[in-house]
Amino acid sequence: MLLSYARPRSIDEAIRSAPAGTSPTADDAHAYIAGGTELVPLMRAGIAEPRHLVDLQKAGLRTSIEHGVDHRLVIGAGATMSEVAADPTVGERYPVVVQALLASASPQIRNAATIGGNLLQRTRCSYFRDATFACNKRVPDSGCSAQDGHNRSHAIFGGSPSCVAVHASDLAVALCAVDAKLSLAGPDGKREIRLRDFYLEPRHTPWIETALAPRELIVEVECAADATSSAYVKVRDRASFEFALVSAAAVIHIEFGTIVNIAIALGGVAPRPWRLTTAENVVKGRPFTRAAVSAAVRSALSAAQPLRDNAFKIELARRAAERAVAVAGRIE
Amino acid sequence: MKRLVRLEVNGRTHEVTVEIGATLLDALRDHVGLTGAKKGCEIGACGACTVLVNGRRVNACLTLAVMAEGHAVTTIEAVAQGDELHPLQRAFIAHDALQCGYCTPGQLMSAIAYLNEGHTNAADPAVIREWMSGNICRCGAYPHIVAAIKELA
Repeated sequence: MLLSYARPRSIDEAIRSAPAGTSPTADDAHAYIAGGTELVPLMRAGIAEPRHLVDLQKAGLRTSIEHGVDHRLVIGAGATMSEVAADPTVGERYPVVVQALLASASPQIRNAATIGGNLLQRTRCSYFRDATFACNKRVPDSGCSAQDGHNRSHAIFGGSPSCVAVHASDLAVALCAVDAKLSLAGPDGKREIRLRDFYLEPRHTPWIETALAPRELIVEVECAADATSSAYVKVRDRASFEFALVSAAAVIHIEFGTIVNIAIALGGVAPRPWRLTTAENVVKGRPFTRAAVSAAVRSALSAAQPLRDNAFKIELARRAAERAVAVAGRIE
Repeated sequence: MKRLVRLEVNGRTHEVTVEIGATLLDALRDHVGLTGAKKGCEIGACGACTVLVNGRRVNACLTLAVMAEGHAVTTIEAVAQGDELHPLQRAFIAHDALQCGYCTPGQLMSAIAYLNEGHTNAADPAVIREWMSGNICRCGAYPHIVAAIKELA
């Protein structure tokens, strides 16, 4: 039952308006709302039950998209997915980001959904989203229905006996591949954190999903990578308006046929975007061939821990990663 | 907790008293009396509730009424000018782009916005289908909907 709705005029006021002692988990007494495309369905399903809504629309949450030298890109967390996807310079310098955004949701949702909200979206695990099923993320220590249930859509990396849900954001995967940093604002001031460190694995506490402190919010996303040769590949059951079974973001830098730098991040396979660091290290400094990349990725995927229904994701992820690298490197 | 909300819809101001958690869709249908926007799924998956907010297409079922305050909302009721149909409405009729008609207001609002968004190759059926993927038609009138939009693209 919602008790209050506030429309603060500044970020500081928004942070202060949250009652003390709140936490950023699902049963939060207070919730920030920006686009609403995630929070409204969660409230309707009884999964999020905030008592106080803090509307960020007039709080001066930055909505700008700024380009600087050395590929620097700063995106306000209040910018919508559509706005960022339509920015021509983002399209030139960070095609993987535009492709990830356009592969997400629907035009209607992208017009309202914000960058910050997209990164904070909850998992699509059908047991999490249905309050009639046991779920440790929703109700601590109540059990995980996916472990012995239908787990086709679940994790092959980073899961735990408590939780095998995957993170659903395409944008997060693309930003992981470009080593993005997040600027956070909270009661203790501002801080920066690498996106790679922002998402937490479930372990014994699957209800703790990010490093966000109580009352903190994301205010900016910053990238500073040469991602002109990058691509996003998303594989899913439907051609559009559907979450990933697996996805891959690749950024590559080739000079005279040699891989100078490469980043490969997988989506749909883990509770966080999954960098294939070992594969990257194997091929860095070597001639750029499909076969070399494929072998390195296959080797990295041998560490996967499939569940009863999702072993197919291993080969699918290998192919998605290989294609993303090939498209990024312009050999496909 | 109820709240007085001032909504600007189709150029007119309406004062409604709604729960904080009430959606724009419910406010439009139950309080403003505009039932053109339809409730198909209530989770933003079908697009039958598509309206324009500041000229951009959004799902009214995912928009809280309180959050729509201060923004210009446009619904299907504003698309025709009296008895004068919008060219897209005429195209939908000419191409038989509806059967039961339930998804049609949302399809029209979404398509009108699509045509205004200025996409490259806007008349390409593949582009139309991708950019209309937020609107479902259970009667399967998709080929006719695409043809109608293509005519105006």
